[in-house]
Amino acid sequence: MIEFTLNGRTVTSESPSDTPLLWVIRDELKLKGTKFGCGIAQCGACSIHVDGEVARSCVLPLGGVEGRSVTTIEGLETPAGKALQSAWEKLQVPQCGYCQSGQLMAAADLLSRNPKPSDEQIAEHMNGNLCRCMAYARIHKAIRAVADGEV
Amino acid sequence: MVAAKKNLPISRRTFIAGTAGAGAVMGLGVLLPGCTREEAATEMAASGPATAFAPTVWFELAPDGRVHINIAKAEMGQHVGTALARILADELGADWNTVSITYVDSDPKWGYMVTGGSWSVSTTFEQFSRAGAAGRTVLVDAGAALLGVDAADCTAADGAVSGGGRSVPFAEIVAAGGLDRAFSDEELAALPIKAPSDRDLIGKPVTSLDVAAKSRGTAVYGLDVELPGMVYAHPLVPPTRYGSRIRSVDDSAAKDIPGYRQTLALTDPSELFQGWAVVVADSFPAAMRAAEAVVVDWEAGPTASVSEADLLAEGQALVDARDTGVLVVDDGDVAGARAGAAKVHTATYRTSTALHFTLEPQNALVEFRDGKCHVHAGNQWQSLILPALAKALEMPESDIVLHQYYLGGGFGRRLFGDQMIPAALAARELGKPVKLVFSRPADSRFDCVRSATVARLDASFDAAGKLTGVEHAAAAGWPTLAMAPGFLADGVDGNGKFDTFSISGADHWYTLPTHRVRAINNTLAQETFLPGWLRAVGPGWIGWSVESFNDEVAGILGEDPVAFRLARLDGAGKNAGGPPKAVGGAKRLAAVLEDVAERSNWGRELPANEGMGVAVSHGQERGMPTWTACVAHVAVDPASKKITVKKIWQTIDCGTVVDPNGAMAQAEGATLWGLSLALHEGTAFENGQVRDTNLDTYTPLRMLDVPELDLKFMESTEFPTGLGEPPLIAVPPAIGNAVYAATGKRVRDLPIRL
Repeated sequence: MIEFTLNGRTVTSESPSDTPLLWVIRDELKLKGTKFGCGIAQCGACSIHVDGEVARSCVLPLGGVEGRSVTTIEGLETPAGKALQSAWEKLQVPQCGYCQSGQLMAAADLLSRNPKPSDEQIAEHMNGNLCRCMAYARIHKAIRAVADGEV
Repeated sequence: MVAAKKNLPISRRTFIAGTAGAGAVMGLGVLLPGCTREEAATEMAASGPATAFAPTVWFELAPDGRVHINIAKAEMGQHVGTALARILADELGADWNTVSITYVDSDPKWGYMVTGGSWSVSTTFEQFSRAGAAGRTVLVDAGAALLGVDAADCTAADGAVSGGGRSVPFAEIVAAGGLDRAFSDEELAALPIKAPSDRDLIGKPVTSLDVAAKSRGTAVYGLDVELPGMVYAHPLVPPTRYGSRIRSVDDSAAKDIPGYRQTLALTDPSELFQGWAVVVADSFPAAMRAAEAVVVDWEAGPTASVSEADLLAEGQALVDARDTGVLVVDDGDVAGARAGAAKVHTATYRTSTALHFTLEPQNALVEFRDGKCHVHAGNQWQSLILPALAKALEMPESDIVLHQYYLGGGFGRRLFGDQMIPAALAARELGKPVKLVFSRPADSRFDCVRSATVARLDASFDAAGKLTGVEHAAAAGWPTLAMAPGFLADGVDGNGKFDTFSISGADHWYTLPTHRVRAINNTLAQETFLPGWLRAVGPGWIGWSVESFNDEVAGILGEDPVAFRLARLDGAGKNAGGPPKAVGGAKRLAAVLEDVAERSNWGRELPANEGMGVAVSHGQERGMPTWTACVAHVAVDPASKKITVKKIWQTIDCGTVVDPNGAMAQAEGATLWGLSLALHEGTAFENGQVRDTNLDTYTPLRMLDVPELDLKFMESTEFPTGLGEPPLIAVPPAIGNAVYAATGKRVRDLPIRL
């Protein structure tokens, strides 16, 4: 049995320790906001935070988070995270929306470490998150708006 | 038409309206874990009587004044429910804050169900306007009676009927009862529709109803749905799309994987799925692992060695032969122009196989219950997959129910919900709900890809150097032939049928002296894979050849690319256009071209190794043209040959813009899709399958390569046309033409490689 903290709550899983965390979160713990895209850590739809840093849950084994603190989109409650979600709504960033949990987790990770990123730093950081609808211009604009204190 | 519903129990839809307020709710099964959608609905329906007013199937006005609108289109990023609801609510005179929407199941009462071709707003506009007008008419009459004034002196707006200096809310009118007027189709058609200047919602900014849920991780997609007692399945995709056969299955290595249950070879009576098996497990990761451990010995079908080069060579041979294909355009004496030509310029344009790569992989959850087959999955074309499912399951369509969810990307992939078939076959055989999920490589190998294409254009010039004719032949795998042959069109000379979705864009709005177009089916492509409709479909690759070639011809004539186009967008003859959807014809295309040329400062001096290129498109061609003109500014590194797109301008005329935010979002996304297909995307068939199956080698555009965008809509009150696809079309040729301007090198293949 593996125990970890999920969005501030202690949870356990009986799954094999090499099970990708994504499926434990989604199918055992029933938090469906974190998405499955590529399965090889290339699209970012499965992005979560582990001890405050962004990680790709599709390749992160369950055993790797034992005793650690995991945050998903459902628990994104940092001031920057909430501001980003407000900016996402205000600027109407999502199209199909499937990648947006991961985009938000990646953006929150950026702003937690660099609250005033340059435009280039935003693009550099977010380049790992694919948006198949290609809503990139608005994703960038929303992060910019939060960094500039406009939201 | 249905008149009034009286004293019915609160329906699921009314309940949603009453509890969720303005917003979209999808996926009740997840909202109430452990309940199916129907059980949840029954649960909720036990709440007592109510009187609802529903003059058509498209909406219901509850006694508390809430307006509930039914959306029979798929929400896949276009905010379609919001746009359609705005149309109906505007005409009804509703208070937008009382409006909610539901994406409906596949009940026959919704009529023919398809979401594609950028059709939704354009084809629903009148229907929803009339539905709203019917409601308004009844409410005004009843409200006038309550106010004691003449109905002719009353108006409906903001959810109330006003007249004689007083007003009565819709809620009171409905609660008073007696709203039982029915409308015949003729009466509906005769109802007065608001003048554009009287509109309250259409064209005004609005926050789309799906945005909040999609920003909080609460939107429910097909992949998120669960049912009690379900098992997971992962497919074993055979080596060829057709004709594969399983000789044997060895699952001994999978038996040690915790949660592995069995491997099930499938028999599909419809023969769409040949040589398929699914690996069944208690969890999806177990199913994925077991799928890698199970060894299947297949006898592969006849196309097991087909390569991209084979497909392109077949296409080349077909376009080079002058008697192949079906005649789509035959204007003037093309043969005479050719025979009398002093010079003929020939060019061949090709596009590589391209993947849909919806970020949500294909999946379906299927349950057989009470004699019915319930399918839970996001889908674009219910009316296409229902008969296919019925054939595979050998049960009537009326016993199959499709439950809709948000789509994690559509782009045409989910026009055919074929992944439902193996899920349903497995669920029936196992006697329990099956959730079939494709991991990414399986999804890519199963994709109905955009076919590799080859187009040949020949321009004839007379002895004076004047352009006398253009011949155009285009060969590709035809999606409509494979999946919906009833929609094939007849050749203009009465010979043969062709796929409009594989040639649309060739019957363009330029006036040419003579013009001939042939659509040719690449039979090798047709036999090797299931060709699919990819965003922008025919014009998405036809436009590449037409608008690149126009620049070649302009160069031969010594004309500026913009001037060349404007001179031929004269609106003469068949290019004059006309109502309802093509008022203004080629003149509107000329207008967007002039606008984009001015805004981009076309013709200005640029630094070395930089260039600007122009192209236009007309969306779905003649039936529903959306007029777009694009200028791309590129820089090409002379050493690395890397192409950098610095800026893209587009001017777009889609008639009336219903939802300005949603429209701009579609324009932004489609423009970047065009860039992605021009420079970043493309795969190849190898040994009968696509080579690139995941993001390590299939590389759509990402944020670092996003250029500056300057997109503009023309102000218009003309009939609304489509938008999801048209702004894609002119981007690749504008980039190709800009590369030529920067380097002097003409590029003819997509993706562009220098």
